[in-house]
Amino acid sequence: MMPIGHYLFLSLALLLIGAIGVVTRRNVIIVLMSIELILNAVNINLVAFSRYYGDVAGQIFALFIIADAAAEASVGLGIMIAFFRNRETVLADEMDLLKW
Amino acid sequence: MLDSVIFYFFAGIAVISAALMITRSNAIHSAVFLITTLLATAGIFLQLRAEFLFIAQIILYVGGIMVLFVFVIMLVRLDVPLPRIRSPWGKLVAVFVAAAVAGEAGFILWLARKIPGQGLLAPLPAPSAKLPPNTEEFAKGLFGAYLLPFEIASVLLLVAMVGAVVMAKKRTDTP
Repeated sequence: MMPIGHYLFLSLALLLIGAIGVVTRRNVIIVLMSIELILNAVNINLVAFSRYYGDVAGQIFALFIIADAAAEASVGLGIMIAFFRNRETVLADEMDLLKW
Repeated sequence: MLDSVIFYFFAGIAVISAALMITRSNAIHSAVFLITTLLATAGIFLQLRAEFLFIAQIILYVGGIMVLFVFVIMLVRLDVPLPRIRSPWGKLVAVFVAAAVAGEAGFILWLARKIPGQGLLAPLPAPSAKLPPNTEEFAKGLFGAYLLPFEIASVLLLVAMVGAVVMAKKRTDTP
């Protein structure tokens, strides 16, 4: 079987790519997609450790994280549609209504 | 041996398409590459003998969340060419964040290498000839020890659904 370190490094790589996407992109939809990528990297870790210890609890937590990602995506996209209706933009640096 | 081949195949697809996802300027292309990453992750779940999560990943992530993303991308007008970097500082901040997290995690993994018997290079336990049925074990855990978090997750989904409807509803003039 594969050593657990390989899964951890894959998860680390996906998390870093997601973090770079969150910081560098201006489009809010792509920022949300990068957050989904980060949550997915966490899921790989959980399932790998669940296999390592032979305990199914890690997979159950991965399912909770998927449900959480669904909730976060729906609310985030709802906010984005409402914002786009008001301001006609999806760029993060033009969202300055709360900036003083 | 076969496990390694399958793992590196799916891991390569996942990392390459994730890197393509954050560099494409067209949002639809980004969504398609994210779908590829999620499908490759589903393959890794299957390689880890988590059959239920394999199906849940495909149905929920690819069939639910990503369809929602693609709908919203098509709803909002994105025909203006978007500059990729937010500001000159954005790239510096990104490089700093990535280097800091990678250095920290690499340091921890390097320390963990020395733990005898359960280090990073200890192989995963070999699958026995007949594994217990994954979905059955999953259901026993989910509806036994984790019943309360399961119910809380359902309330969370209900709240998120109501919130999304309220947010996306067209406002009328009379409050």
